[in-house]
Amino acid sequence: MIEEIGTTELGELVVNLGPQHPSTHGVLHLVITLSGETIKKVEPHLGYIHRSIEKMCESLSYRQFIYVTSRMDYLSSHINNHGCALCVEKGLQIEVPARAGVIRVLMDELTRLASHQLWWGAMAMDVGALTPFFHAFREREAINDIMEETCGARLTMNYMAPGGVAFDLHPDFQRKVKEFLAFFRTKIDEYDELLTGNVIFRGRMEGVGYLSREDAISYGCTGPTARASGVSCDIRKIAPYEVYDQLAFDEVRESGGDCFARYIVRMKEMRQSLSIIDQLIDNIPEGEFLAKTKAVLKLPKGEFYSKVETARGEFGVFIISEGGTTPYRIKFRSPGFSNLSALDRMARGHKLGDLVAIMGTLDLVIPDIDR
Amino acid sequence: MLSFENITASIHTWLYASFPHAALLLESLIVGLCVISLFAVLGLVLVLMERKVSAYMQIRLGPNRVGPGGSLQTVADTLKLAMKEGLTPDGADKFLFNLAPFMVIVVAMLVLAPVAFAKGTQIWDLNIGVLYISAVSSLSVIGILMAGWASNNKYSLLGAMRSGAQIVSYELSAGLSVISIVVLTGSLRISDIVASQQDGWWLFKGHIPAIISFVIFIIAVTAETNRAPFDLAEAESELTAGFHTEYSGMRFALFFLAEYVNIFIVCAIAATLYMGGWMPLHIGPWTGFNHLMDYIPSSLWFMGKTFFLIFVIMWFRWTFPRLRIDQLLDLEWKYLLPISLFNLLLMTLIAIKGWHF
Repeated sequence: MIEEIGTTELGELVVNLGPQHPSTHGVLHLVITLSGETIKKVEPHLGYIHRSIEKMCESLSYRQFIYVTSRMDYLSSHINNHGCALCVEKGLQIEVPARAGVIRVLMDELTRLASHQLWWGAMAMDVGALTPFFHAFREREAINDIMEETCGARLTMNYMAPGGVAFDLHPDFQRKVKEFLAFFRTKIDEYDELLTGNVIFRGRMEGVGYLSREDAISYGCTGPTARASGVSCDIRKIAPYEVYDQLAFDEVRESGGDCFARYIVRMKEMRQSLSIIDQLIDNIPEGEFLAKTKAVLKLPKGEFYSKVETARGEFGVFIISEGGTTPYRIKFRSPGFSNLSALDRMARGHKLGDLVAIMGTLDLVIPDIDR
Repeated sequence: MLSFENITASIHTWLYASFPHAALLLESLIVGLCVISLFAVLGLVLVLMERKVSAYMQIRLGPNRVGPGGSLQTVADTLKLAMKEGLTPDGADKFLFNLAPFMVIVVAMLVLAPVAFAKGTQIWDLNIGVLYISAVSSLSVIGILMAGWASNNKYSLLGAMRSGAQIVSYELSAGLSVISIVVLTGSLRISDIVASQQDGWWLFKGHIPAIISFVIFIIAVTAETNRAPFDLAEAESELTAGFHTEYSGMRFALFFLAEYVNIFIVCAIAATLYMGGWMPLHIGPWTGFNHLMDYIPSSLWFMGKTFFLIFVIMWFRWTFPRLRIDQLLDLEWKYLLPISLFNLLLMTLIAIKGWHF
């Protein structure tokens, strides 16, 4: 810190945004060099919520470690679990029953919807509109209720298990989801009415935080952040898992690269998720929901990698196994970390208020960055 | 008839008859007490109103536990704030830090003087009433700058600087809008302006220029009172709480109170200038209708109009995103100022030619 203050020029102001600040949505610490209101440099400082999850996983069995990953990106905890389950299944070569595959995708998309809804509200709050937050939470509540009924939990569902899902769907699941779909289709139009066309909102979003296609690739950005810059990186399309290759949905891409493009990508993704759920909800196959596995799982010696598309981008799980009951080493590739690294590039030359808007559209979840 | 005018007149005569020497002093004392109690009541009512309005816009219920329908919630909040410790941050300029909230609140109290609350109920009907309001209300920026500077906090400083730029800019548009009404009435005295709307409000009588200047005035005063979408000075997602980040306890409450009383004042001025103040809704030759409207007390008319405008300003706050500082200044200097200058020219033409109704 002392060095940084020492390197500032006359008239520059170093401001610590966070770790306790309303718009960092967690304990992110940004050291910003300002000249007046214009940003000269943004430097994220991490580590405030580092819990050493990768190390913890090394002492947990292959059944147990999946659930720790819920605590990383808590808004798409189910998708994190999915990635881990896929990796374990790859190692053990377990065939997932058809019913379990569909249930997993349904839950993934519901999670993605819930995550994008929360992002929508929080991003609107960052640019100063407080009401959307509550409206987004009303819709998210419906999803959480569905989750609670099926999995017993609302945020960290722990529904995945190697070989399928931990328990069968609740009998009311289909009816509830259909009700939610009909309800949310009307509400997502309201979202557009309230914010998308608003002159002030467009002014805050358009042309702000530009990230070129080349930069998006070289910073390793994934998910909606990269797709808004025109990068094709939807894991569901380029490396399909479960039943994604049998579904009709589009990879949403924009060419703008600015905050508004990122906003539009997420709004369109919500509609894509709705259509995916629509396609699957009446076609859940009958049968087993969990494949028969041994009581104690032992991955063969070797290295295994699997990746899934969370609400924020590519989530990768890399396991090195020595053949024991616990992994020798686990590495997670979290989307938030790479996306955050591009923040400095996007924010330079913009105003302080823009930094908050850019962070809002990056959809940062701090425990995902810090792990 | 039991109107405010008669009550104040009878108090006046009684005081001068009973205590001829101390009457002026006593009157000042009574007026001062009235202003302070009005302040307290306004603060309590407006904060509750804001919370209820926001709650219904956000599909919530809002405060509903303390008192009937949550009506005593703000009383409880004020008591809590009064009992909290007023911290002074390390390295703060103690004198200016403590002075700033009083500066802001005193300015808000002073501006109340020429506001006509009802027929004959006005603290000080001075002949340059509108000018006085413009002049005194611009002093509040000093208090805000003082608070931002003295807090020894970078967020506060940034917020205060934003606020300074904002208030100084938007004062121009607000002033020009006020002048366009003064051009029509030919008087700066509040009572004259109200009287000139005997047969219809300026909003309707002044053709399109009056509507334009009304809209500009509402935008400008929203900015001047640091309300969303122009709440950059206290943008909580950017600057935590801007200039009052470091304030706590009663000193924070004073800033909070001043904000709400300022909203009341600017809405009262807008109601006076454009919507006839305490004057009932009169439509030119419709005598029957006009008589009917006269039965509603003038204080009710004034409060109704003012609270309607307050609701509109609250409505802004809970629906719009916040502007950025450069967009905010662009809006004023590139759009509102030229428009209001041109509008003033149009209004002058209308006033000279007598084209208004």
